[in-house]
Amino acid sequence: MTDEAKKEKMTIVMFSGELDKALAGFTLANTAASMEMDVSMFFTFWGLNIVKKNRTRFSGKGFILKMFGMLNKGGTRRLALSRFHMLGMGTSMMKKVMRKMRIASIDEMMELAKSLGVKLMACTMSMGVMGVNADNLRPEVDSLCGAATYLAEARKSAVNLFI
Amino acid sequence: MKKVDRTLDCIGLYCPMPIVNTAQEMKKMKTGEVLQVLADDQGIKLDMPAWCEATGNDCLAIEEEAGIYKVYVKKLVE
Repeated sequence: MTDEAKKEKMTIVMFSGELDKALAGFTLANTAASMEMDVSMFFTFWGLNIVKKNRTRFSGKGFILKMFGMLNKGGTRRLALSRFHMLGMGTSMMKKVMRKMRIASIDEMMELAKSLGVKLMACTMSMGVMGVNADNLRPEVDSLCGAATYLAEARKSAVNLFI
Repeated sequence: MKKVDRTLDCIGLYCPMPIVNTAQEMKKMKTGEVLQVLADDQGIKLDMPAWCEATGNDCLAIEEEAGIYKVYVKKLVE
């Protein structure tokens, strides 16, 4: 197996919280990991919704953040398509088609990513703004960090994506 | 008839699964062994040579028969 130090790096900023974009992010991450690349995914802003627990309490302090937490619950089960969500009908139809075609769900993609050594990191600034605490996040998240950590990884990366 | 040490059935699986499964299966094999991958996602025609080039393994051949692709990959890198 290739040395850790010799592995090519890849960083993905997951800014979007939509189902299709999350799938694209994980597909690329998993493929890169099977090509012996060292992959890190940074979940920020809407991307935090992908790594929130499906059932969790709202952590926001103050009226605005509490309201926001109620409207923006997050969790893989609630992710919507970026187009044709059609109040939920489009998204559930797409999920049905994916199941039929044996395409992995987001949860399965995440599990696969973890088993392949992909690092999942959450942005602390977005967490603050959206009222998300560490215990609202899934155990799959490896660490909490800021832009500096991301840039330290990105500047060494062969591939860097913003999704 | 090509000498095949292992077969991996990925028929019905879409990208990236054939490649991800190939990578995992190859880890269990010895250098010099040949893996036969069966898939029906046509992306594999370009994906497998690309994966082999990125990882340093050898894509020996890709045969197509009635919509099923048989890809032969030789493990070169430990």
